[in-house]
Amino acid sequence: MNEPVIELCEVELKFPVGADWRGRPKAYAHALNGLNLRIENGETIGVVGESGCGKSTLAMILLGLVQPTNGKVMRQVESASAMQIVFQDPQSSLNTRMPIWRIITEPIFARTKRSKHQLRTKAAELAKKVGLRPEVLDRFPHEFSGGQRQRIAIARALSSDPKIIVLDEPTSALDISVQAQILNLLDDLKQQQGLTYIFISHDISVIRHMCDRVVVMYLGQIVEIGRCEAVLDNPRHPYTKLLLESVPKMQQAGDLDASLENTELPSNRNLPLGCFFQERCSLADEACSQLQTMQDGVRCNKFSK
Amino acid sequence: MSEILQEKSAKQEKPIKKRSFIDWRYLWYQLTGSPLTMVGLVVILLILILVIFAPIFATHDPNTIDLRARLASPSADHFFGTDEVGRDIYSRILFGGRLSIAVGFGVVIVAGFIGTLIGALSGLIGGWFDTITMRIMDVVLSVPSLVLIMALAAALGPSLVNAAFAIAIVRIPYYVRLSRGQALLVREMPYVAAAQTFKASRWHILRWHVIPNILSPIVVQATLDLGNTILLAAALSFIGLGAQQPTAEWGAMVATGRNYILDQWWYSGFPGFAILLTATAFNIFGDGIRDILDPKQNAH
Repeated sequence: MNEPVIELCEVELKFPVGADWRGRPKAYAHALNGLNLRIENGETIGVVGESGCGKSTLAMILLGLVQPTNGKVMRQVESASAMQIVFQDPQSSLNTRMPIWRIITEPIFARTKRSKHQLRTKAAELAKKVGLRPEVLDRFPHEFSGGQRQRIAIARALSSDPKIIVLDEPTSALDISVQAQILNLLDDLKQQQGLTYIFISHDISVIRHMCDRVVVMYLGQIVEIGRCEAVLDNPRHPYTKLLLESVPKMQQAGDLDASLENTELPSNRNLPLGCFFQERCSLADEACSQLQTMQDGVRCNKFSK
Repeated sequence: MSEILQEKSAKQEKPIKKRSFIDWRYLWYQLTGSPLTMVGLVVILLILILVIFAPIFATHDPNTIDLRARLASPSADHFFGTDEVGRDIYSRILFGGRLSIAVGFGVVIVAGFIGTLIGALSGLIGGWFDTITMRIMDVVLSVPSLVLIMALAAALGPSLVNAAFAIAIVRIPYYVRLSRGQALLVREMPYVAAAQTFKASRWHILRWHVIPNILSPIVVQATLDLGNTILLAAALSFIGLGAQQPTAEWGAMVATGRNYILDQWWYSGFPGFAILLTATAFNIFGDGIRDILDPKQNAH
């Protein structure tokens, strides 16, 4: 349970923005700013944060699609095929020109030569696992509903026998009723195959349902990390509080004005000097003009004793 | 409610048939709603049948000289009259059409294949490869195409094969541009990112993702190109850079018939009309296909 499968060590990532006449970048967009993360075997780790905080960039780094500018990514899994991804939008993550059985087995035939028969057998097996009837294998993606497409995407992710699956908002494009089905399916698959999930979402209730640990990201940094219940029930970092308060609740009339106050994410071109969150923080004082460090699972001088 | 459910289950039990890239039934449905495209298609089919089965439809051997019937006007024996050595123009048009249309298809297939491959690769790989390829294509495109074709055909020596080769080279950049633009769009799709996560090769992405998704605009471009290519091939033959005498070829026939145009209008008139009809039919059909496959472009 405790051995790490992936470890991120001070990972930074910046993209050049624009170029002057000599081709040198004018500025940098800082996508990730010093990320330390240890992902343990068999856990489901949730990643939350608002749009643009670097959640999806983190996924790209983990999958090795993007190399970090600074820092190290240490993988304990042998090959890259041991990691797969399920995207948010099942509409565009499946090639409309391929029949389902080809889509599902693509990770296999992309790298090794297999006969059609072998691939189809494998596809039928995987389809059964994710709850698709085998007779749909000859159809094309546009003939399926969003939930079914997401099942297809999950089947594809499973086909190379991965250890880790990155779920990039896998349910946010789906209906509520279908969301539950997909989440249950993911849960079952995890039990059966001992998978490790990295669950990116902005839906707190989904995170609460699925995850063992949760990571709260803000402006390319982790601001709070810990057991799921601990972080979500007792948020310590002011940003986590803001994030949880902005979730609409059934019981009480929401005070939209209050939660919308200062909700703009600062630009990632010029990083704030001290605490990244100080402009929006109600607790900000002089101590916050210092760069904050991660202590005791929270990046805030008010709470790390 | 139960009816709906029943209907649904009945639907699901229908046998699932295999599908091709193009939905033929939809295409046919659209064609029936566009009479002009239909006319183009019918004319093309007629021309193809006439030309492919030329030996059946021809009344005379295209190259048999009959000096007793020189420059005869159209009659029951010679539908379109005869030329200056008594060859039957109707039969020569049928056999000549074989060459013209073969050149049209040949050029479009070769240019389309090479151009699409270069363009898709260029868009997919990007970087300096893309830059260099596109600059070369810009150079080719910046020279007026007829001038370039004439120069190439003249340099290679006058023959129909060389003319076809020259036209193909000049047509390639159009396909490169088109397929590169499309490939740039496809490259950003999440399914390509997914393919990258399981370390699919560039070749795999090209074969399974890029090519299938960029094919339909290229098919449209190719259909439109057919008419133009036939016209260009005829033009080259007309100025003496394509088919040579005594080969029956439309452009060459118009060229020799030019000398008799005042008294024997049928000599260059009928081959000219054949060129006009074929090129127009292909263009009308191509336009129609474009509207069908890409309704967004011409939304009214």
